[in-house]
Amino acid sequence: MSTGNMNLTLKVWRQKNNKTKGALVDYKLTDISPDMSFLEMFDVLNEQLINKGEEPVVFDHDCREGICGMCSMFINGRPHGPKDLVTTCQLHMRSFKDGDTIVVEPWRAAAFPVVKDLTVDRSAFDRIIAAGGFISVNTGNAQDANNLPIPKMQADAAFEAAACIGCGACVATCKNASAMLFVSAKISQLALLPQGQPERYRRVQSMVAQMDAEGFGNCTNTGACEAECPKGISLENIARMNRDFASAKFISEETV
Amino acid sequence: MSGFGNAFSSSIGKKFIMGITGLFLILFLIVHCGINALIFINDGGLTFNIGAHFMATNWIIRAGEIVLFIGLLAHIFQALRLTLQNQKARPVKYAVNNGNANSKWYSRSMGLLGTLLLIFLVVHLKDFWVVSRFTGIPTVDANGHEDLYAVMKEKFQDPVRLAVYILAMFSLCYHLLHGFASAFQTMGWNHSKYNGIIKGAGVWYSIIISILFAAMPIAVYFGLIQ
Repeated sequence: MSTGNMNLTLKVWRQKNNKTKGALVDYKLTDISPDMSFLEMFDVLNEQLINKGEEPVVFDHDCREGICGMCSMFINGRPHGPKDLVTTCQLHMRSFKDGDTIVVEPWRAAAFPVVKDLTVDRSAFDRIIAAGGFISVNTGNAQDANNLPIPKMQADAAFEAAACIGCGACVATCKNASAMLFVSAKISQLALLPQGQPERYRRVQSMVAQMDAEGFGNCTNTGACEAECPKGISLENIARMNRDFASAKFISEETV
Repeated sequence: MSGFGNAFSSSIGKKFIMGITGLFLILFLIVHCGINALIFINDGGLTFNIGAHFMATNWIIRAGEIVLFIGLLAHIFQALRLTLQNQKARPVKYAVNNGNANSKWYSRSMGLLGTLLLIFLVVHLKDFWVVSRFTGIPTVDANGHEDLYAVMKEKFQDPVRLAVYILAMFSLCYHLLHGFASAFQTMGWNHSKYNGIIKGAGVWYSIIISILFAAMPIAVYFGLIQ
């Protein structure tokens, strides 16, 4: 495992609030254990800053086990850092070398305004979900699950789409700050299952309209989102969303 | 408002226009390349001139030409609109952004490649389209057809023009390498049984069409054909 502790230079984006301009600030860190997680390294930095009487770096985090989708650091030009299929909290300092300079920036998108330092406001995602990312269930007893047979492939694909934790790495890495991977995952997890069918074409139109209203960019199929997604959400979902959108607009007789 | 609502003004609708016009232009390139490749029959351009004469006089082709220009302009203007919108979606840029770690450079440079192609297209239309449609081709060949082949031979004596055409074909190749499969993805035509075929066809199409087009000015310049 570890070979020895490291000395690092951090360049961290500091920004007081959404109204002021921010800048990268240099911090020297010594004696960092390679077994620390990236966020633990930030905890060490913040303790030092507090002891010196300075403002600690504000960053989002919650579960620290890669399932909540809160951590959101753009590390050396990549969301969640250099490793594939991990969130920032699952990234360890052993992925870096002694003497490295690490640049840490917040997600950058018009739809994700900076709240402070590395924390951005991702409530645009919540509003997209509220626009249609749900199924309407009437009250009554739940029917027996076996009454709704679902092909295994279909169930697996829905489950894979549902793995999206809504962290926003797709938006952060996309050259157009497009949210299509997120929105398509949230559409697909329901479009693939029988419970999602009644509202399927209504949903895709409402969620896409909300996505556009939030000011996200347009997809150009570079595939960066899929490559950087900590949950491995597939571009296939975007194609499915496009297909459903076309069906909704050109085939379905229901208008939203 | 009609039942189609914001079908074409939404983000996905705009992509549909890019995809469908892109596929249309891909089909056009096959026709264009196929007819031009008739120069490789090496009969002093007689067959090529028959093809050129047909393209210039057949009314279906002439009507198609109008559709082609509409498709091309739609592709260009939609790209411009989308690019401006996409830039607005990220007002503050990253200090460090390692794009090569997650995507191909040409997939992120479609605007640049497209702009190079547009500049080339102005030169190219002035070289041949304006001559054959407006200013007139000066000579006729043995069959009595306008000798477009002679125009081509004369134009490609210029090494600067040769370089411009070859560079443009590199832009075309990379533009298509991303554009071909990307258009299918945009239209939602993504299917595990066909994705491999689409990707493969896209790569082969891009390379073959670009090499064939580039081979024409090279062959004329170096006197490899009569």
